Amino acid sequence: MNPLLPFFVITPLAGAFLIMIIGRFVSDFNKYFTSLILLFLACISFYFLFTTGENIYVYKVGGWEPVNKVPIGIYMVMDGFTAIIVCIINLIGFLSAFYSISYIKRYTAENYFYALFCLMIAGMNGVVISGDLFNIFVFLEISVISSYALVAFGVEKNELEASFKYQVLGALASFLILIGIGLIYWKAKTLNIADIKTAFSNGYDKTYYLFVQIVILSGFGLKAAIIPFHAWLPDAHSSAPSPISAMLSGVLIKAVGIYVIIRLFFNMFIISESMSILITTLGTLSMVIGVFLAIGQWDIKRLLAYHSISQMGYVVLSVGIGMILVSRGIKPEVAALAITGGIFHLINHAAFKGLLFLNAGAIEYTIGTRDLKEMGGLAKDMPATSATSFVASMSISGIPPFNGFFSKLVIIIAAVMARFYLLAVLAVIVSIITLASFLKFQRYAFYNKSDIKRDKIKEVPFPMVFSMVILSIICLMLSLLIIPEIRETILTPAINILTDPLKYSSTIIGQ
Amino acid sequence: MKGMTLIVKKTTQLIAGMIFMYGIYIIVHGHLTPGGGFAGGVIIAGSLILVTLAYGGDFLKLVKEEAGTTIVESISILMVIMIATAGFLFGIHIFFSNFLPKGVVGQLISAGVLPLYNIFVGTEVAASIFIIFLSLIIFKEESPQ
Repeated sequence: MNPLLPFFVITPLAGAFLIMIIGRFVSDFNKYFTSLILLFLACISFYFLFTTGENIYVYKVGGWEPVNKVPIGIYMVMDGFTAIIVCIINLIGFLSAFYSISYIKRYTAENYFYALFCLMIAGMNGVVISGDLFNIFVFLEISVISSYALVAFGVEKNELEASFKYQVLGALASFLILIGIGLIYWKAKTLNIADIKTAFSNGYDKTYYLFVQIVILSGFGLKAAIIPFHAWLPDAHSSAPSPISAMLSGVLIKAVGIYVIIRLFFNMFIISESMSILITTLGTLSMVIGVFLAIGQWDIKRLLAYHSISQMGYVVLSVGIGMILVSRGIKPEVAALAITGGIFHLINHAAFKGLLFLNAGAIEYTIGTRDLKEMGGLAKDMPATSATSFVASMSISGIPPFNGFFSKLVIIIAAVMARFYLLAVLAVIVSIITLASFLKFQRYAFYNKSDIKRDKIKEVPFPMVFSMVILSIICLMLSLLIIPEIRETILTPAINILTDPLKYSSTIIGQ
Repeated sequence: MKGMTLIVKKTTQLIAGMIFMYGIYIIVHGHLTPGGGFAGGVIIAGSLILVTLAYGGDFLKLVKEEAGTTIVESISILMVIMIATAGFLFGIHIFFSNFLPKGVVGQLISAGVLPLYNIFVGTEVAASIFIIFLSLIIFKEESPQ
């Protein structure tokens, strides 16, 4: 058992409540302490990213050993796929927390902000490393409830409305997820993901199983904002303070939405062709409709939020193609390629969407508006923001040599090799429309001449610039994942754990 | 907020202490009987709410921000985390392990660390439910009629 695993949950959890106590008496404790915690977590998550490989580490909380090979305790599981997501959460979390040091000064109640931030991180880490269905639900509630509070942090009319909408739909999602977990528990008599897989492989009722899959997919689909369930996302993500938008859009919808869908459908359910076609269709719909909703927006953060839906569509589409091929049992190497594309794009999206939201925050911080029509000519006065947002815009629209190009390329190649020509063409068209909408963002925000007279604009303070520059370097560095040697150490273990139907469950039950 | 009539105040004086004691009883017997930290914490919060309702906010001299409850709440969660982490240091060196001697089944002092968890969970639940109630009262007093 690796003793570092529980630290992903306890450090931010303890940090949140220490901030509530010590932060009252010591000013400035909250901001530096949060950044320090997240830096520590980012370091150990990188340690896991490079050492996990093909291993699966299992941590039995409380030391409850399995009885007759039936797991009875709470399991924490770390494998290749988990390591990637944990890394994203803590790295983007650290940069957002560091960015907040300057940004959050315009709000009061900083203690509450940082405490909720730590709780959100604890919840997301918990969802990702939990090997147990009910703990996924508990940690999911911790992270989304703190995100409801963080969305409403500005306590203006818009923020409260967005938060209320988010809460209603989020509660609906939690209800569906809990029902799904209850239905699974009823038939399988266990909550451990690996054990459920074994229970279901001994035969099951087809109709019941399909119903459970649909309920779980709609529950986590609501959290991931796949298209028929996307109504809350644009409001919630645009109303939150910018570092929180970066966390919500860059990390939260992946950690509690996409990650759980991928994990459960590959490692817990037995993949059926009908479900995988459904998932691919939902992904395609998100990809296409999301971008058409995005292009007409004039509020930067709403535009970015709609693009999140569209880019998540790429991930779901690509993973869905992999699922179809796995369920038919043909072309395993193409299936692996499709899933690689999906996960690669997921990592890239976390980097560039986080960066774009931080850029939007920097613009809002300096000129106090989010409306593209009221901006213009910022490139001269804000060189760092302008340059980093250019990197991010080019990444999201898939221009070489930035990371978005390579992941979209892998997705399109996989779609062509799997003979889904229509999907490949749609992916290319959506990418072009994305480029158009980001050229609009670049032009109106940074290069257009502005008629509005305003005071002398200064570049944003150092912590904000630092986070943005680091993220744009990461955007460039992630292109390296396309090189076979690097891909094999980082991406391939994750793909193997997903495509091999028995490896996850048999390794965990065996320990 | 003004208090209620003399009859209500007198009855509350007699009852509130007993309810409080009953909450403590439920918490410390959490590992032996149904109930435990959460249920007992709610009962304790109930007794505090009863006193507040009967005597009114003026009697308690409520201020805009009641820091005490928040601090109690945070400290009790920290204590739960510290006991869980203490499992790393003693016994089998595992998070959340029950490192204290288990004792005899059925006795009040038994079951290792479970009673400690119950006590701190109880404090935390009592403080957080009371904090929700207090914030509603303070909000109502601040808002214009």
